This record gives sequence, structure tokens and C-alpha cells, in this order.
Amino acid sequence: MSRIHSPAAGRMQTIARNPAMIALFMTLALAGCASKKNMPNNAGDLGLNGGAGAATPGSQQDFTVNVGDRIFFDTDSSSVRADAAATLDRQAQWLQRYPNYAITIEGHADERGTREYNLALGARRAAATRQYLASRGVPANRMKTISYGKEKPVAVCDDISCWSQNRRAVTVLGGAGM
Amino acid sequence: MFRRTLLRLLVVLTGLAASLPQAWALVEININKGNVEPLPIAVTDFIAGGDLGQRVTDVIAADLKRSGLFAPVNKQAFIEKISNPDQAPRFDDWKVINAQALVTGRVTQEGDGRLRAEFRLWDTFAGKQITGQQFYTQPENWRRVAHIIADAIYESLTGEKGYFDTRIVYVAESGPKTARKRQLAIMDQDGFNARALTNANELVLTPRFSPNRQEITYMSFEGNQPRVYLLQLETGQREVVGNFPGMTFSPRFSPDGQKVIMSLQQEGNSNIYTMDLRSRTTTRLTSTAAIDTSPSYSPDGSQIVFESDRGGRPQLYVMGADGSNQRRISFGDGSYSTPVWSPRGDLIAFTKQSGGKFSIGVMKTDGSGERILTSGFHNEGPTWAPNGRVLMFFRQAAGAGGPQIYSIDLSGYNEQIVQTKGFASDPAWSPLLE
Repeated sequence: MSRIHSPAAGRMQTIARNPAMIALFMTLALAGCASKKNMPNNAGDLGLNGGAGAATPGSQQDFTVNVGDRIFFDTDSSSVRADAAATLDRQAQWLQRYPNYAITIEGHADERGTREYNLALGARRAAATRQYLASRGVPANRMKTISYGKEKPVAVCDDISCWSQNRRAVTVLGGAGM
Repeated sequence: MFRRTLLRLLVVLTGLAASLPQAWALVEININKGNVEPLPIAVTDFIAGGDLGQRVTDVIAADLKRSGLFAPVNKQAFIEKISNPDQAPRFDDWKVINAQALVTGRVTQEGDGRLRAEFRLWDTFAGKQITGQQFYTQPENWRRVAHIIADAIYESLTGEKGYFDTRIVYVAESGPKTARKRQLAIMDQDGFNARALTNANELVLTPRFSPNRQEITYMSFEGNQPRVYLLQLETGQREVVGNFPGMTFSPRFSPDGQKVIMSLQQEGNSNIYTMDLRSRTTTRLTSTAAIDTSPSYSPDGSQIVFESDRGGRPQLYVMGADGSNQRRISFGDGSYSTPVWSPRGDLIAFTKQSGGKFSIGVMKTDGSGERILTSGFHNEGPTWAPNGRVLMFFRQAAGAGGPQIYSIDLSGYNEQIVQTKGFASDPAWSPLLE
């Protein structure tokens, strides 16, 4: 019987011998299957204890509780709704009163879209939010944006009650976007 | 007579295997018929010391079975016990249990420590050997040699290249949805040998294989700067692709492996760019006040299919590789995303969102002939096997804690889950390994 040294088998050796390929082993914990509704839409859910009046003026808590750190969007839309505009007006006033804060606007999408498109959609929502705040006098150089697409939902269920909470732009004091 | 048979084996084994089997084989599978009746095939335990022969055999049989084109015959039904795989089997013993093809083989340890794996594929009704080949490898690569043998059997009997000796790079997911951890991971196409490529500290998405190097391109949020990266699989070395002013995402290699094509987001718009990996020059291909993303080259590199919502909802568009002649090709109900050009060049796979469902489908490259392969609560992100016969995608059922990877035949039949330790998404098929 003749010997055929397969080129396929030859190159395989270099691949499998490589330590980098085998160094990391997955240690994935089995994720829980809980899909209960989980909607942190008020200060209590967000872990911000104390009533609205308790927040120190000019603090993160003051911003989140008394101003509102997030706005919501319609499906596949980046238009700033009337209710969202009211929130952003309050944000703009607050940010002008406390000019030391730089902000990052995080854009998010719900799960009802594909990963790549939702990254772009989240960016579009963040940009729309930033534009609105700029139009209300917040200097552009204090604002950064970042999109997380559909990767960071806050509400977990499989219907519109959650999806509508996840289509959001969150204004984060500080933060690190681009 | 027997001597003549041996002579013929010798010819096959010295390298003519690829050209001869088609002329000989009476056993054949026409895989373009749609839902084919799987071919009964007997895969006998390879002769070896210990249980290695049986393990190799089991991997081969599992590959063939998963393809949906073969039905491995239960070993309990075997009449002849193969003790010398170099001898012609008693074909009548295999015909009577309706094994139309028979695989025999041997695994031996060479003096230098390498494994030698050899196999023969027999046409039991014609009473002839179809092919016989042997491979050398390190003992730890025994699964890979089994996949290579399964590919050779597949190719002999279908006339098309196999896809078993391939890998899948994907996103391994763990933890609750609101605090999901994601890591790049790689596994064999059958779900074995899974290992992580990144730690769970950074959000990573959309890994894609280089067509010709041990390299992937992917997106990472490292340092809160969402950008496209390259990762060398052999060294673990990473680098950012280009220096762009906004988020770069949705990367993919060009068919020659020399460019990365991707989206760049600036303000609310996303447009498509390429970066040449040698010259580092970047080229802008689209200029719209819209979202242009998910670009994928045709296999000859002359055209690019992508997704855009310039017309309102996400739809599929095709353009020349230089950005010329941009035209919409999808016109069905709903929206279309994540187009991927088939390695054969004739089809484009996509995710379709319509009527509250997410489907995986294919269409011709002019947008005609749309065919939905699978549909449900959430199916997303098709990737082609290198032979263009099978797709993988990820699915999250309603109420499920996370996504899992599935494979499906181009015919829409033979849907199967790919077992992963935890949740998994964004599969990308490697080229056939060489």
C-alpha cells in the first residue's frame, strides 16, 4: 500500500498544536431560563432608594429621579416623541444648571430586529437625542453617544410591554462613548 | 480475480481517487431533489487498538447522518465482521441488510507517534470499491481525520464537496438577558471541541472567518469604543481595523481575504466602507442618509449585497464592488436583513421579518425565486457551509432564555440543533479547512 501524506492532515497539525487555540476553555455557566417581566422604570427598581425629594440637587440621583434619564421610541423609529421631548427639555435645563457634567447618550433597540441593523438603529436614536439636546442649548462637546443595539435590554419578556421599554435612549452622566 | 481487485485498490490509493469514483459508482445521491431518501450506509468499526476505531467510526457516521443524506445502518444488524479492511467484504452480507454503501477502515499508530487512518468505501450492489484513502495526523486530531473521511465519503457519493472538516465561530452567551455575557468561541461544525477565544469582559458580536487565513474579523466594545477588530486564531493577536471617527460594525472579509468590508456609523447614518488590509486604505462605497449595513461579497468579488433602509424599511440591495449601480432586489412583504451571498454564487440567504415572525430564506441574486426555509418567533443571521448546501443560523424561541444555533439544508429539510454548552448566536462557517 502506498503512502499518501495528505496536505489536509499536514496542516491540521499546525492548527491543533497551537497553544493559543486550546488555551482558553469555555466555562459557561448554564444561564437561567427566567423570563419574568423585569422593568426597572422607577427609581426603586433602579436601586435608587429614597423618595424623589431625598435626592441631593445636582446629583446623579437627582437627575435620574427628578429629571428622568431615559426616553422611549416607537418601533423602528428614531423620532423624538412629545413625551420624550418633555423629558429632554428637563434634561437640557438640568445640564445647563450643572455645567460640570459631560454625558453619554446610550441608544438601544428592542429585540425585534437583527443584530447589525439594531446597532445602527440605536446609534440613530442616540444621535436624535443628542441633536435635540443640542437644540435646547447643551453644548455638543459635552455629549458623546454609543449604541448597544439590542444587546442590553432592561425589560425581559416576549411582548410589546417589554419591547417598548427597550427602545430607548439613556442619558448617562459621565460614561464613555465616542 | 482477487489479485485484480487489489491492483485496483492500489491505483485508487495512489491518488486517482478523485477522478475514478464517479465513473464507478452506481450508488449515488442526487442532492438537488429536495427531500431525498437518505442512503443506507454501513460504517463498520475501524480496526484499531482499543476503542479508537469505534470512536472514529462514530464521528463519521454522525456526520453522515446529520447531513440528512445518509442513514447509517444500525451496527447490530451487521452480519459480516470486518477483520481485514484490505480485503473485499462479502457483499451479499451487506446487500441483505440493505446497506448500499459500506465503509471499512483501520487506524494504526506509526513508529513516530502519528496516527494513520485509512478507509475504503464500497458499493455493495456493484460489488466494487468506490474509493480508498489514507491520512496521517497527530493522535489528538483523531476527530478531524474522521471528519476528513466523512467528507471524502460525502464527495464520492454526492459528487459535491463535503463540509464536515470545518469550524464554526460564534458568540457564546451566558447569564441573564439583562446582564448577558458574550464571548467569541469556536467549535467544530458538529459542536465538539468548543473553546472560547475571548474573555467575557467585553461585548463582542458578529465574528466572521477569513476565507484563506486562520483569522476572524468581529466587533468588540472594548474600552467602550465599538469597533471592528481582527483576531489571529493561531497567536491570539488582535488589532483594530482602521481608525474611524464613529462606530464600525458588521464586518466581513472580501473573497480574496485582502479587505474587510463593514459599516461606519456617523451621527444617525451608517454607510459601507472597505479597508484594504495591506495598504490600509479605506474606501467609502455608499453615501446615504440611511442605515446601510450587513455587506457581503459575491464569491467572485465583483458585487456586494447589503441591507439598507433608504427606502423606509430594511431591504436588500446589490451594488458593484466599487459602489456602482446600487439597486434594490427585495420586494416582498416585511423587511429583509443580514444578506449573505452563497459560496456557489447563485443565491443570497437572508433574515426576513414579516407578520411578527422572523424567517431564514434564500433568493436568487436578482431577488427572484424567494424561498423561506424556516420561520418562527425569532430566526436570524444565516451562514453558508462552504459547499453552499447547508446553512446555520440562530434561533430564540418565544419564552426561551437565549438563542441557540441550528442548521438546515438548502432544501428547507433536515433542521437540526447544534449542541452548545450554553446559549449561542451569530454562527459563521469556516471555509473547508486545508
